[in-house]
Formats: sequence, C-alpha cells, structure tokens
Amino acid sequence: MNALTHIVAALVLAPLIPGIINRVKARMAGRVGRPLLQTYYDLAKLIQKGVVVSHTATWMLAAGPAVSLAAVGCALLLLPGPASPAPVSFTGDFMLAAYCLGLSRLALILAALDTGSSFEGMGASREAAFSALAEPVLFLSFLVLAVGAPEISLSGMLGRGLTGVLAPERLFVPLILFIVLLTENCRIPVDDPTTHLELTMIHEVMVLDHSGPDMAFIVYGAALKLWFFAALTVLAVLPVRSLSPAAGWAAFLAGMLLVTVAIGLVESVMARLRLMRVPRLLGGAGALAALSLVLTVWR
Amino acid sequence: MEFAATERLDLTTVPVTPVDAFRCRVLDRVAEGWRVLALFTLPGDAGGRELCCLMGRDHDGQLSFLRTAPLTAYPSLTPECPQCHLFEREIYEQWGIMPTGHPWLKPVRFTGCPARPDTPRPAPGVTEYFQVRGEQVHEVAVGPVHAGIIEPGHFRFQCFGEEVIHLEIGLGFQHRGIEAALAGGPDRRTVHFMETAAGDTTIGHCLAHAAVLETLTGLTAPARGRAIGRIALELERLANHTGDIGALAGDVGYLPTMSFCGRIRGDFLNCTGVVCGNRFGRGLVRPGGTAWDLGQPEIEELSRRVADAGRAVLGAAAILFISSTALARFEGTGRLCAETARDIGLVGPPARACGLPRDARHSFPLPGAGAKDIPMQLNDSGDVQARGLVRRLEVEASLDFIAGALADLPAGPVRAALPDALPPHSLAVGLVEGWRGEIRHVAATDADGKFAAYKIIDPSFHNWFGLALALRGQQVSDFPLCNKSFNLSYCGHDL
Repeated sequence: MNALTHIVAALVLAPLIPGIINRVKARMAGRVGRPLLQTYYDLAKLIQKGVVVSHTATWMLAAGPAVSLAAVGCALLLLPGPASPAPVSFTGDFMLAAYCLGLSRLALILAALDTGSSFEGMGASREAAFSALAEPVLFLSFLVLAVGAPEISLSGMLGRGLTGVLAPERLFVPLILFIVLLTENCRIPVDDPTTHLELTMIHEVMVLDHSGPDMAFIVYGAALKLWFFAALTVLAVLPVRSLSPAAGWAAFLAGMLLVTVAIGLVESVMARLRLMRVPRLLGGAGALAALSLVLTVWR
Repeated sequence: MEFAATERLDLTTVPVTPVDAFRCRVLDRVAEGWRVLALFTLPGDAGGRELCCLMGRDHDGQLSFLRTAPLTAYPSLTPECPQCHLFEREIYEQWGIMPTGHPWLKPVRFTGCPARPDTPRPAPGVTEYFQVRGEQVHEVAVGPVHAGIIEPGHFRFQCFGEEVIHLEIGLGFQHRGIEAALAGGPDRRTVHFMETAAGDTTIGHCLAHAAVLETLTGLTAPARGRAIGRIALELERLANHTGDIGALAGDVGYLPTMSFCGRIRGDFLNCTGVVCGNRFGRGLVRPGGTAWDLGQPEIEELSRRVADAGRAVLGAAAILFISSTALARFEGTGRLCAETARDIGLVGPPARACGLPRDARHSFPLPGAGAKDIPMQLNDSGDVQARGLVRRLEVEASLDFIAGALADLPAGPVRAALPDALPPHSLAVGLVEGWRGEIRHVAATDADGKFAAYKIIDPSFHNWFGLALALRGQQVSDFPLCNKSFNLSYCGHDL
C-alpha cells in the first residue's frame, strides 16, 4: 500500500508542476498568470475532443502517444517514494527506467515521422540528437549515486541523502540531474515550451499533428516525465529515508516545490541557447558527471 | 530631370528618354550613389505604358525622374542593379512589360496580368521555387498558414541539416488591389486606403499621402498640424519598436522583457488614442494637416504618459541588452553586410544597422520639419543585435523629440483646406520615414487632375529580400529571430 502512495501522488499531482512553473514565470514577468490547475483543465478539455488524423498518417500516429504515456508510467513504477521503496525494484532497474523513458521518446519520434511533415521530421531529429547526448549524462549520474549504495537499484540508490564525506563532487549530482531534467523536458535553455514558432521548436513541433485524447496523453505524459526527473533530483539530495514517513513526505514535497520553482526561475532569467550550443551544455554536464564519478570512487 | 523632394514636377516638361539612354542613366546614377526609389509605369499614348524611374540622392534630398516612350520590352536592369529586381517583376506582372534578361521573373502578388489575357491568373503561392538538390539537403516549407496569429506568407527553406542554404519568400496572399483602386482619385475612400495599406503604419502612410497632395497643390500643412502629425509618427515608431524589442526577447525565450514590452507597447498605443481617440491613429492625419487638435490638458496628459512609458521601455530594454544569454543569441545572427544592403536597396532600421545612413527624416524632411530634429541612429554589425540596438536608440531619440515638440507646440490651426482640383499632368512624391523604414508614395495626375497612377512602396517591399539574404548560412531555428528583427509587413508588401 505504502509503495503505491508515491505512484498515486505522482499521477494526481504531476499536472500541478507545469501550473506552478507557469505561475512563477508569470510573477517574475509582472503578470498574473494562468490558473495553477490549468493543465488539469486542458486535460479535461482535450479528452472530450475528437481526433483529427492526417490522411497520410498510419496507426503509428495514434499508437505513439499511448505507448509514450505507458512507458513513462512504467518508469514511474521503478522510482521509490519518500517513505517506501518502489513497487518494482531489482538490481539494475535504473537501466530499465532510463530506457522506458527512451521508449516513450521513440514512440513520439516515430509518430512524428509518420506524419511525413518536414517540421515534425526536423523536430524529431533534434529531439533524438539531444536525448542521445543526455543519456550518457544520466547514466554517469546514476553511477555516482550507485557508489556505496546498499543495492544497485533506484530504490537503493535514492533517498539516502548525500552520505559520507560531504564533498563538493557529490553536490554536482543534483545539479547535473537538473540539467538533464531541463533537457529531457524541453525547458529553457534547451527548448522553449511556450513558443509558437514552428522552426525553433523541438518537442512542441513533434506533436503538432496530435489532437484530442492523443494530445491529452502527450501533455499528461510530459507532466509525469517532469515529475519523474524532479523526484529523481530531490531524492538524490534529501535523506528522506532516514526521516519518519510524515517528515519524509513533507521534505519530499517541499523539495519538489523547490525544484519546480527553480525551473520557473531559470526560465524567467535566461534566454534559450542557440540550438547548436545545446550539445556544449550537455557535454559540460557530462564532464562534470565524469569528474564527480572519479572523485567519488577515488575517495 | 532633377527636382527637390518637396517640388511638384510638371510631366509635360519631362523629355522622353530612349530606352538605352534610360538604362545607362539609371545605372550611372546608381553608381554615383543615387537610390532607385521607384520603377513604375505611367499610361502613355495609344494605351501603352511608359517606363518611369524615380531616383533619390540621400545627401541633398534631390530626386531625379526619367521616363521612356511606351514599350513592351526592355533590357532588364536587375543584373547590374539588383535593387530593381522586384520592381521589374511587379511591372511584368501588372502590365506585361518584359524585362529581357531578368534572372528570376516570378509573380510578385499573383494578380494575373490584364495585358496578357491568354495567361491564366496563377493561384497564390503556386510558382517555381529555387531548389537545392543533394543527399542530405531537405526542403522545409512554412506557411501561408502559421502556428501563430500572424499574416500569411510562404517561406521555403533549402536546408543542409540545420543550416539554411537558401530561403525563398512567397507573398501576395494579402493583395487587395489598393493601387488600382486609387487610380482616378483622390476621392473620399483614398485616405482610408492609406490608413489600411499597412495597418500598423497608419500614420506613416497617411503622412506620405498628405505630403503628395500638399506637394501637388502647393500648400503646406499649418505648423501645428504638421507638429501633431510628426508627434503621432514618432508615437507609432515608439509603439512598434517597443513591440519589436519585446518580440526579439520573446523569440529567444527571455520572458521579462517580452512581458514588459507587451504592456508598454499598449501604453504607447494609448498615447495615440489620447490624440485622436484611435490607438492606431486612424482618422488623425489628413491631407493639409490633422483632423484633431490637442488641448492643454491633453498635452499635459500625453507628456506624462509618454515619459512614464519611455522610462519603462528603456528599463525593459536595458535588462535585455545586458543579459548575456540573450546577447549570445543576438550577436552574429542574421548578418547582412553594408554592400549587400546597398545593392538590394534596404531601408529603415535594418539598413541603418548595416551602417547605411538612410533615413527619410534626414534626407527628405517634410516641409516644416528640420533635417536634424531627430538624430539618426547607426550601427555597423548588421546582425540581430544591431537591429535591436538601432531600435532601442531610436526609441530614445523619439522620446526626446516628442518631449520637445509637446513642450513647444506651435499655435494656430491644425489643418489647411486643400483645393478640390489637382493640377493636371503633374507628379509628386511623398517620402516619410515610418517606423519600418522609408515609405514612398508617388502620384501622377492625368489631364483632368485625377490620379493616373498612384504608387505605394512600403519599406517591406525591399526588406523582405534582405531577410532572405540575412538567413543564408544561418540555422533554420534562428529564422523567427531574424524575421522578428526585420518585422516586415505582409499587407504593406502585397497592397
């Protein structure tokens, strides 16, 4: 039961994260901003709508969003909660989690290519390139987390806090995970989730042809993915396991809020990177992760 | 034949130039630094059209006018003088006069040609496009329906990965036939066509039209009316430059400046609303002056509002131009060199951002305006950064001008009544520096004193091609940013 609490919390609360980010951005810009619950309203609206399908598209267009959402859901099942291990946990499960997210992306990329639109192909190629660069960074940070963990699974690696000597190299990990979060979730400085300009988009342009419930799956899947990475970042820092369940949950939720606000602040104070500069950002994060790993093992 | 910009030209005194001499003189003058302001046709004898060329010299505000006998073909000027390329395409499309040797004779507005009834009218956007072939080259077509609420235009990119090898822009979707509707005027509708030629440049086009009629009739607007018109022109510039700076910020995802400028643009539009009750200045400028006067309370209200909004926009621009992440996107993006800009006849802030001192307020000041009233702002790097900076500096200059003009508004009436009849066989030119660049109106009257031809050249006419060239070798994802740094008008081009 306990193990499922986090899943339920993620499923229910995830659409709140984009709402909070947008509120932070609006406040920073001197605007009132849309309602905090806007993503829920959007989902409710989209689910009731019909689907428009291009006559050049095949079944892949409809399958993409469903597979994508299901894959993100599977990844969430492997993520431990603040007070309990994950419902499914085994040695090396972080690989499965990473590739569940990869499968989710692949499904969307195939659906985008299926439309035959030059935009969507362009967006798909950008998405594939950047996620291929983000993947090694994610694995390097998993390895850092795995050093000294009781078992090599997400449940064993996370929630222990920054144990051992509080060396600077350990503090890199949440920072690197935050950069991966921004990349994987198409936030500024990598992508601009609010732009309406087809030619600069990455994620948004891939999903231009989706509508109705399919679009709802994509929006909801994106919220769940954001939750996954935010929770990963929080659990990599906070020693929630050593606290009582109530305190653990409180600290976890506070951490999630902090990460969400941090995303909003990043989006408010900096411009997007030039597309060709994104690999440098990820390369930097990767170098930092490698350094962190070497230092951690060495000590 | 040379004349001053504020002089009426009697067409009966202009000799007919043979085509070869016409061509030589145009090319010689371009080499001497003249600009081709307009290449157009006038109705000639026996239903033919004669080719006319209006040129301008920036340093002393002289104009030059040349005309040929009616013709059906002539050797194209474009290979030697690229700034003519769109004029020649336009003339071929409208009148079927063939510029022999034109390298890329495509439709401009897809209007079909009355002179060639056997050729069917092409569907908008359906024409040849330049294509690059190769293993990894791909073509991206955007529009005419876009993801945002903007005007229709078609963009074809030939890309090698993310790099743009060539961009071709297809316009004409907004063609309304304004120039054809103006022939036979002026009538009650004329000024409304001017106000909507490019809706965001209402004041600019109205002032240019007013200048044409005032030159034709030989009357000048009263000092107070002229001052109010110029204040409105600068307010229009302020509102649009503010919007552009905000849009540049928005395109790189820098939200604070985008949000602030969105609001401040509205504040400036409201200032125009204080003057005449319409935020876009509809119904304000009329031939002979303005239709509205400013009372003392309005002057005080306006001064206060402009000062407040001015402080706000300079603050919003300051945080944009010190943000290293935004500058990293602006610098070096969409660079145009001065030579290219000169060749294609670029105007307005994009030309000044390349270091070309082209500003109609300096070269061709309106009667009653001083050439040095508003300092010209130049930059020389020619990239998005330069175009943004020129706008920011022009905001400052316009704010200074408005503050001074409001504090020292001449007394007297705001409008002089123009006579109903215009002199026959005359040509007059109206040149106004709108916020987007030099707006050119050329009118020629027939034997009855009605418009035989009325030519409107919005700054977008030349600058769209500048955008296409600025994008070569850039990343396709930087197109929206480059596009915003030019911020051109679709309807102003399509007319």
